[in-house]
Amino acid sequence: MSILSVDNLTIEFRQKRRVVTAVRNLSFEVARGETLAIVGESGCGKSLTALSLLGLLPPTGHVAAGHIRLEGRDLVGLSEPYLRDLRGRRIAMIFQEPMTALNPVLTIGEQIVEAIREHEAVSAAVARRRALALLDRVRIPDAARRFDDHPHRLSGGMRQRVMIAIALACSPAVLVADEPTTALDVTIQAQILSLIDELKRDSGTAVVLITHDLGVVAEHADRVLVMYAGRKVEEGQTDDLLARPLHPYTRGLIAARPDPERFLEGHRDRLTEIPGMVPPLWDMPTGCSFAPRCSFATAACALGQPPLLPYGDDASVACLRTGDIRAAERIPHPATAG
Amino acid sequence: MASIDASLAPASSRPKQPGFLLRLLSRPSALTGLLLLGLILMAAVAAPGLYPDDPLDMVAQPFLWPGADAAYPFGTDMLGRDIASGLFHGARISLLIGVVATVVSIVIGVGIGAGAGYYGGRIDAVLMRVTELFQTIPPFLFALAIVAILQPSIPSIVGAIGITAWPSLARLVRAEVLKLRHSDMVQASIALGGSDLRIIVLHILPNVLAPVIVTASVMVATAILTESSLAFLGLGDPNVVSWGGMVGAGREVLRTDWYVASIPGLAIVLAVLALNLLGDGLNDALNPRQRQR
Repeated sequence: MSILSVDNLTIEFRQKRRVVTAVRNLSFEVARGETLAIVGESGCGKSLTALSLLGLLPPTGHVAAGHIRLEGRDLVGLSEPYLRDLRGRRIAMIFQEPMTALNPVLTIGEQIVEAIREHEAVSAAVARRRALALLDRVRIPDAARRFDDHPHRLSGGMRQRVMIAIALACSPAVLVADEPTTALDVTIQAQILSLIDELKRDSGTAVVLITHDLGVVAEHADRVLVMYAGRKVEEGQTDDLLARPLHPYTRGLIAARPDPERFLEGHRDRLTEIPGMVPPLWDMPTGCSFAPRCSFATAACALGQPPLLPYGDDASVACLRTGDIRAAERIPHPATAG
Repeated sequence: MASIDASLAPASSRPKQPGFLLRLLSRPSALTGLLLLGLILMAAVAAPGLYPDDPLDMVAQPFLWPGADAAYPFGTDMLGRDIASGLFHGARISLLIGVVATVVSIVIGVGIGAGAGYYGGRIDAVLMRVTELFQTIPPFLFALAIVAILQPSIPSIVGAIGITAWPSLARLVRAEVLKLRHSDMVQASIALGGSDLRIIVLHILPNVLAPVIVTASVMVATAILTESSLAFLGLGDPNVVSWGGMVGAGREVLRTDWYVASIPGLAIVLAVLALNLLGDGLNDALNPRQRQR
């Protein structure tokens, strides 16, 4: 049973003279207690997708087509007061920069209380008790004393914990985390992501994790959706996708990661890079948008958009060459394998 | 392990930064300003006790020079009114008009500036054109016209100063709000479902407060000057004594009995100086860059 379902989402931007499509026909579903990672390089539309889930697209952008259903209710075209009621209460967001996302003049306690009272008519005392419990839940040591601290007294990791506490204040059904650990030290990153995992297990909140870090994906996501130039190119279970990537772009992403074991063995290889650049949004090739950079591309790839086809039970990929590549590598297609 | 954040320890052991008041008092200019302002405030509070009679009453012979009679330390003017009594009661009027007119300006200026900066687009364009319309009229002449039309009285003077002084504040607030409007902090509160009013009042205005306070202290000084100028030109409330009115009255005898105009003039100078010094000190004390040290 999916709690959030995005169906053929298309996001357009008005620029001076042209209309640019930033996200095209994107569909995905997230179930209760599941973490879906959306992966892709900068500009592929992953952050815009995240913002559109909360109805927070910048004024020049809009959802041109498709549906975003949160607990069965379509958010596209919903008026601002309804959206405002849902934001924070049913769907909440954690941002990339914990250093600037908190109000410097209010104590962290006041900010959590504020988040609770925005949506629920509870007394100040009750809200305070709940805020303290939340600080405890996100493992702020000595929560009662920290309650009256201003954000500048907290480290980045602690501030991100406070942001998570604020996001979870009203127990939302969906938590959108837009690169929640990019601004943090690696050790703190792991703590924050484990905390999100743990809270997700306890509360059944669905998590949409926007990231470009495949290490984070491997550790914390149940499913992965790979985006390239505004489209979904591949989706699958995390382990399958990382072990046996189908789309050449996903392969490229995985190959572009440094391999610490080889490094320790004394190899000093250059990182593999994907040649070329992402095509600009206003100048997309007619065929597969990855074809110009793809080593497997054939003439057919330049003719039309490859359709997104299911692969096995729980994966899908948008590549004409999947079958050929698999065959060449002697990996049986799950449909033909016994 | 996850419960221990290594970077937390230094935060709690960091020595507490000196409070705002301490920072303010450690600046000589602010301290001087506060002391002077305190004196004026004391004069205003003590006026009815020290001089229970109407300061416009004739109490002694005219043109009594300061020091000539111990009962009238600042002498008397051409109608035999006690200048000391006028100074004390004038302090009340000056402070009252300065503060209330500034409050009026702040309400208008912050309201318009915050609305324009937060909503942007067409609302911003309309509000800013209105602001510019007000800015094209010289504020003093505008105030003069309003008071002349409405007849001089304390409410009309306060209103006139308040209505003419807000545009610069509105522009300042708009600029600050624009800066904050797209900050992560405001975006985060929008993502949490905060309503516009709540975000403006709770998240934006407190962060705009510092420059507003600094501007307000200087605006009080300007308002006192404007009121004095109006009174000097005979557009003060005729039923109360004001420093500007006293200067205006003394103008006619400036060549023979210069003290009649100079003493209240000095009071105006001190009040305006005090508020400017205070504004300076507030600016330093509220400036986050200076706070880091």
